[in-house]
Amino acid sequence: MTTPKTTRQPVLRIGGRLSLRIRVRSVAVVLLLAVVALASAVVLIGTGDFPISFADVLSVLLGSGHPADELIVRELRLPRVLVGLLVGGAFGLAGALFQAVSRNPLGSPDILGLGQGATAGALTMIVLFSGSATAVTAGALVGGLVTGTAIYVLAWKRGVHGYRLVLVGIGVSAVMTAVNSYLITKADMVDAARAVVWMTGSLNGRDWTQVWPLLALCAVLVPLALANERGLRMTEMGDDASYALGVRVERLRLVLLACAVLLASAATAAAGPVAFVALTAPQLARRLTRSPGPNLVPSMVMGAALLIVADVLSQRAFGSDQLPVGVVTGALGGVYLLWLLVTERKAGRV
Amino acid sequence: MNRLSAENVTLAYEQRVIARELSVEIPDNSFTVIVGPNACGKSTLLRALSRMLRPSEGRVLLDGQVIHSLPAKKVARTLGLLPQSSVAPDGITVADLVARGRYPHQGLLRQWSPSDERVVQESMERTGVAELADRYVDELSGGQRQRVWIAMALAQETPLLLLDEPTTYLDIQHQLDVLDLCAELHEEHGRTLVAVLHDLNHAARYATHLVALRGGEVVAQGAPRDVVTAELVERVFGIRCQVIEDPETGTPLVVPAARKARATTP
Amino acid sequence: MFVDTPSKQRVAESPAGPARQRRRSAVKAVGLLAALALLVLVATASIAVGAKPLTMGQVWHGLFADTGTYGDVVVGERLSRTVLGLLAGAALGLSGAVLQALTRNPLADPGLLGINAGASAAVVTAITFFGVTSIGGYVWFAFAGAMLVGALVWFLGGSRGATPVRLALAGMAIAAALQGYLQAMMILDEAALGRMRFWTVGSLSSASWSSIGQVLPFMVTGTFLALALARPLNAMEMGDDTARALGAHLNRTRALSMLAATLLCGAATAACGPIVFVGLMVPHVVRSFTGPDLRWILPYATVLSPVLLLGADVIGRVVVRPSELQVGVVTAVIGGPLFIFLVRRRRTAQL
Repeated sequence: MTTPKTTRQPVLRIGGRLSLRIRVRSVAVVLLLAVVALASAVVLIGTGDFPISFADVLSVLLGSGHPADELIVRELRLPRVLVGLLVGGAFGLAGALFQAVSRNPLGSPDILGLGQGATAGALTMIVLFSGSATAVTAGALVGGLVTGTAIYVLAWKRGVHGYRLVLVGIGVSAVMTAVNSYLITKADMVDAARAVVWMTGSLNGRDWTQVWPLLALCAVLVPLALANERGLRMTEMGDDASYALGVRVERLRLVLLACAVLLASAATAAAGPVAFVALTAPQLARRLTRSPGPNLVPSMVMGAALLIVADVLSQRAFGSDQLPVGVVTGALGGVYLLWLLVTERKAGRV
Repeated sequence: MNRLSAENVTLAYEQRVIARELSVEIPDNSFTVIVGPNACGKSTLLRALSRMLRPSEGRVLLDGQVIHSLPAKKVARTLGLLPQSSVAPDGITVADLVARGRYPHQGLLRQWSPSDERVVQESMERTGVAELADRYVDELSGGQRQRVWIAMALAQETPLLLLDEPTTYLDIQHQLDVLDLCAELHEEHGRTLVAVLHDLNHAARYATHLVALRGGEVVAQGAPRDVVTAELVERVFGIRCQVIEDPETGTPLVVPAARKARATTP
Repeated sequence: MFVDTPSKQRVAESPAGPARQRRRSAVKAVGLLAALALLVLVATASIAVGAKPLTMGQVWHGLFADTGTYGDVVVGERLSRTVLGLLAGAALGLSGAVLQALTRNPLADPGLLGINAGASAAVVTAITFFGVTSIGGYVWFAFAGAMLVGALVWFLGGSRGATPVRLALAGMAIAAALQGYLQAMMILDEAALGRMRFWTVGSLSSASWSSIGQVLPFMVTGTFLALALARPLNAMEMGDDTARALGAHLNRTRALSMLAATLLCGAATAACGPIVFVGLMVPHVVRSFTGPDLRWILPYATVLSPVLLLGADVIGRVVVRPSELQVGVVTAVIGGPLFIFLVRRRRTAQL
């Protein structure tokens, strides 16, 4: 490993062919956040009507716990926590991709209407068909994908301009919100309550059937997104400058938006449109790493950490399974957002 | 056969046609400057030559091949562009920005080779921004910032370099700095440069080859000495003037006629 | 950067002389009368159309010779709904036009700027924590919420150099944050859910004379204030510096405009729930034939917005008979595509 004079960043070189740039601070942030996320995950597994100590949870996870603990951990709480980690990571990554592509710190799946679109799909299943959990998940997935495609197509006019993407998304989002409100008025009280909980975003009652598809999707999409990160970083300099450097801007956007839409839709389908994780994770990550660029990996880990910490908070503060995690992320996000807008205003950005 | 040329290109933004059936050859190893009044299509032509704009008809050729059919990175290793508007990402340092010019030479597994290192350092030294390497681009003055962007384009190490109004918004000293730098790159390193300039006298002084556009058509092209005449300036820019010899360089110097004389222009 | 600039056209036409100017004004005045006639037509339709369709004769009988027949009772019920539609429509359209002029942003709309969400959050607070159940009680909360969010968006979106995207995003972000609060309340309090789900969709069906009486003073005040601001807002549309050079009081005009917009929008939202896009759509359509002069845009918007709102309400009553589609849903379904069309129509250079 050497540290060049110009960029003051260590480079890992093996032979003449392989050379990787390493941002020490980013790596440290990622490791730190991963530790926070995993430790909170262990705490979360131990939290509930039947509390299990940190040490006992660890010993179950390492395969040497009490059989009673083992059942609760393996069958009930572990899948829920894994869904939380995956959903948080997917939202964080999707948010970072959307923000980088739209070049706007507030461009995130919840503001661009993806959340509302997925909600419309889910509510259709809940309200019109009183569907099972699986049907609701499928409905949300389809709703999110259709909305994402519609936004892309509607924003496309000789290329997708970041600004137009955001505004079209806002329009779509407003329509979807009206549709959702209408669907809720059509529901009976039980379905309406179920719908509102779903719309807030919750990890309650998630099991292994949600974990596997989400994990498979992430296994494909995360590497795809990361492989395109260097090109995405170039587009920060404007379309012309990045195209001049050999980045196929439109194709890159299409690929990355498709990744982001799939990730966000799948995450929404699994846990509902958990407010603000996708919006805040990339911004927080960026401030921690102090590095320009999309910060995809830090955002992803930050999203996972945020969601799990928020869930621990909501479980501990309001009692187990009382308030869905989306309420806590919403409150945290609201405070953060005010701060962001005020500081960005001072810096003359946004 | 020159490396870069446009053949019968029709250039349009949506329905608005800027130029029809335009053909331009960029002589190899020249410092070509495109001049013309506002909205004559000079920036549009440069955008077409740099493949930013796809011609609705005709074709732009790079080394005998249609530029739009070539792989993006391959073109980026041959032809660099300094666009009119570029955005420096928030909180990026000069060295990091210049390093981004190495993108077309890099890959997923080859992110920062010793040659990247060397070229970035050289580019910064050549443009006189080496001592600013650790500064944030946001903090720099307009002139410094423009030199940083030129350094980035240099780091791309392309034999052809296109510059879209590189001197706009700079004061006279920095304008000359930038143009001197261009002349140096052209003379010492044999690069082919193509620039759009507003100032006709700058163009006449620095260019080795001049292309004058009006209303999307090439009115004249050739060496400044042959092209810049009072008659041509009136035809292209619509002003009466004298063309005298620049006492410093011997190149043509355009001196607009006095207000009263111009008022009688038919 | 994102502002319609038909003003060039006006400048080019102005040398045509005062005679031509007068003729154009006359045309616009006649147009306004025609719009009024259209409004009367739609209002009549709004009384006649419904689960029990009425004939013109029955409508007339109910309005002017009420003898207590079944038809007359139906007319009486639909009349309050129609009057509320008239008032709320005018208020929404006018507040939209004022906000668009104030922010120099053709996409400004009380819904998009989060003002509706502010009102919603305040109403759910009223229901959950203060046990308020009547529309009359909501009004004050809706006002407070709308005012607060209006001020916040204005501040965060950057009062100076406010770009459309900044304002829209600030509004959307605040709306999203309030949405979280709204959902938490609805999850924790079933009574709140029961009421809020019908209120948030935006509907005229709960109209009553007492609720109209309560919001009327605010709407009237707001309307007069807004109409009086046409001239200073005209000056402001040309940019702060030009407006100052023309002798406009920038801060006073801004504050009064925000006040007028919030009064109007808050009152309308309190009475019918959040209704998006009316305030966006109508001023746009109006602008396309009046030009950029707010002295014409504002009256036209006042007359044509209720046409849209009542029209949407009538459509909502017809399409899914015997049930009905809330007017808020109909306006969003019509308005969304229009919004996207407007965004797409703009050239990239302006974006």
